[in-house]
Amino acid sequence: MRRQIPMIITFLVGTLIIVSEFIPHKPFGNLSTTLEGWFLIISGFAIILGQLSLFKVNIIKIHRRTPNWQYYIIALVSFSIMVLCGILWGTQQQPGLLTVREGMLNFFGYKPFDYIFKYFFENLSATMFSLLAFFMASASYRAFRARSPESTLLLIAAVLVMLGRTTIGSTLTGWIPNSLNFLQLPKIASFIMKYPNTAGQRAIMICAGLGVIGSSLRIILGIERSYLGGK
Amino acid sequence: MKIFERFLTIDRRIIFLLIFIGVALPLIFMITFNLEVTENVQSVYELLQEMEPGTRILISFDYDPSTKPEIQPMAIALLQQAFTNRLRVITTALWPMGVQMCNEAYETVSAEYPDIEYGIDFINLGYKSGGMVTINHMAKDFRSTFPADAGGVPIDDFPIMKGIKNFDKIGCMISLSAGDPGLKQWVMIVHDTFNKPVAGGTTAVQAPTMLPYVNEQRQLIGLLGGLKGAAEFELLVKKPGFATKGMGAQSIAHLIIILFIVIGNIGYFVTRKQQDTIKSKKP
Repeated sequence: MRRQIPMIITFLVGTLIIVSEFIPHKPFGNLSTTLEGWFLIISGFAIILGQLSLFKVNIIKIHRRTPNWQYYIIALVSFSIMVLCGILWGTQQQPGLLTVREGMLNFFGYKPFDYIFKYFFENLSATMFSLLAFFMASASYRAFRARSPESTLLLIAAVLVMLGRTTIGSTLTGWIPNSLNFLQLPKIASFIMKYPNTAGQRAIMICAGLGVIGSSLRIILGIERSYLGGK
Repeated sequence: MKIFERFLTIDRRIIFLLIFIGVALPLIFMITFNLEVTENVQSVYELLQEMEPGTRILISFDYDPSTKPEIQPMAIALLQQAFTNRLRVITTALWPMGVQMCNEAYETVSAEYPDIEYGIDFINLGYKSGGMVTINHMAKDFRSTFPADAGGVPIDDFPIMKGIKNFDKIGCMISLSAGDPGLKQWVMIVHDTFNKPVAGGTTAVQAPTMLPYVNEQRQLIGLLGGLKGAAEFELLVKKPGFATKGMGAQSIAHLIIILFIVIGNIGYFVTRKQQDTIKSKKP
């Protein structure tokens, strides 16, 4: 029964949502709106569940002294500080349990949560993403080799798009007269992005769409059961 | 000929160092280059220009601080254009940290527009989990999806929300998106189901995946792609900001990458030729 009841619910809800897309009138339209409302409530709880899970996983890793367990302590401490600051003093728009003292506001300029978010988290987060530039540079140098006709094509396209998608492209080929503007790097880059790229992307999207339909049907019909957990 | 072999095995730390210098120097010395506005960016600009003053537009902040350098300049420039044209802006977020991104963009822009009032010309409805289902629910019952703004004040208290029950009274929708949920979901619901104009801004990495939506059916009216898209938009609104400054650094970084690709390929061809010659000489 532990598996059959969720499967029956999935079948009924899935079928109802599909039917309501084709018959958006009563009672199907109203039912699908109600179900969407339920989904929003459940997804809110999923966030809390995710946070609890994060806490649990980190504590287990520290307890078992897994490799680099010290980093999990930092993660837990940072997490707890943010949660405490948010609950105690609130955020920019939400009040907390305690009143924010004027001295605190004058010193930080923001509430503690917003201060940490703005001056720690934002910069750390942007730094992590920026590191990609360094690894991409190193990877491009090693990977973009004209070993075969296909890789040569990829290499040429990559260089043209890289030049065309920056201001260098306009500077290098801006002198080309308008009658030959198709030779300007930004135009070449736009052409590559608009036609070959779009064609490839569309093919991927159509395949992915068909895949989603297939796997959704498998879930609704109870063929795919991995979401229920267990074996 | 050993030099060509070295071309193939350049220490990655040298690449990292040159990229660092290439990014830092243009930012320090404010090196900029000419910029051309592309069609996709022009379309977004024209979409907002064509809106009547007082029209309510919806902007969704579907990104977090990791992509702030690329997307935040778009948010600022969009708000600048909207407030200059007296458009009223309703904002939401499908990403939890989009709320803070929205607050920061509004703080930056509101200083330039002292006559803009929160609740009349602008509102931040905050974050709602659920992705595509949230958008679908907004289309059917906006007020139950967002009963209050990000500060918990009921939306009925704000004149900007008067009469908003679904997307009917929204002029257009713009999603500033760094992934999923984001622009794709807004296109699927707001344009494809309710036929409202949708435009967007994404990271440069995500832009190629969104370009198929800029098509004859105008699923996407236009697209701001990465820092360049943001810089072009700043050029159009005549308020050069962080994106314009950052383009110099990005251009030099791209040049350095291309330079290393060329060096790597020269090394590859010369050493391959040598190996071929040695092989052909062997009996």
